[in-house]
Amino acid sequence: MTLSRRETLVLGLGAAVAVMMPLGAHAAVEDAIAAFTGGADVSEGGVTLTAPEIAENGNTVPISVSAPGAVSIMILAAGNPNPDVGTFNFGPLMPRQEASTRVRLAGTQDLIAVAKMSDGSFVQTSREVKVTIGGCGG
Amino acid sequence: MADGKPRVRVPKTASAGEQITIKTLISHKMESGQRKDGDGNPIPRQIINRFTAEFNGEVVIDVTMEPAISTNPYFEFDAVVPESGEFVFTWYDDNGDVYTTSSPITVS
Repeated sequence: MTLSRRETLVLGLGAAVAVMMPLGAHAAVEDAIAAFTGGADVSEGGVTLTAPEIAENGNTVPISVSAPGAVSIMILAAGNPNPDVGTFNFGPLMPRQEASTRVRLAGTQDLIAVAKMSDGSFVQTSREVKVTIGGCGG
Repeated sequence: MADGKPRVRVPKTASAGEQITIKTLISHKMESGQRKDGDGNPIPRQIINRFTAEFNGEVVIDVTMEPAISTNPYFEFDAVVPESGEFVFTWYDDNGDVYTTSSPITVS
């Protein structure tokens, strides 16, 4: 089989689009982290993200975040149409920098927690959650 | 369920410096803006975008919320109470509504 010039172009374009799409979603996560950290380095560890390994219903996935010594923690869902989930800002009356809530997940994806420590440094962790029924749109 | 009906669980008494656990829930549909109605038109976003808890005017926790927070937003967190006083919980709706509730606590 020989490919005409036009067919080759179309194939190339299709491949380029296929490569760009996941990159686009990834860029949104990186942008959100950069906006939160102001471009500072983010190291791994020091923040704990607790979530079920398998969530049957993506509409309410119980999660909890904890980072001793943090002033705020941002949570991102890398596979959601809008990766932002929320930001917890902790006041001085909290004995442990820890909070729980319930989130929506569109499908199986990575959850990311980025914590800002009281000394101005940033740490992050991520965790994969398998979702049986998606929780966005429908 | 009617929107904006808060429910909170705060212990009525505590000893000074004790860690207490606070649980809050508010009924709200948290319309994400991603869904479409029967005719295929997008349903406009209407969520609670911020939640705060204060004790005697001092911030305990301040949460910025996005559409990925589930229907009927639930939060659980700890606090220490240095003296008797009142917790004030506030939720801010996209449409400008503000829902508040308060619960007193006695430190013995």
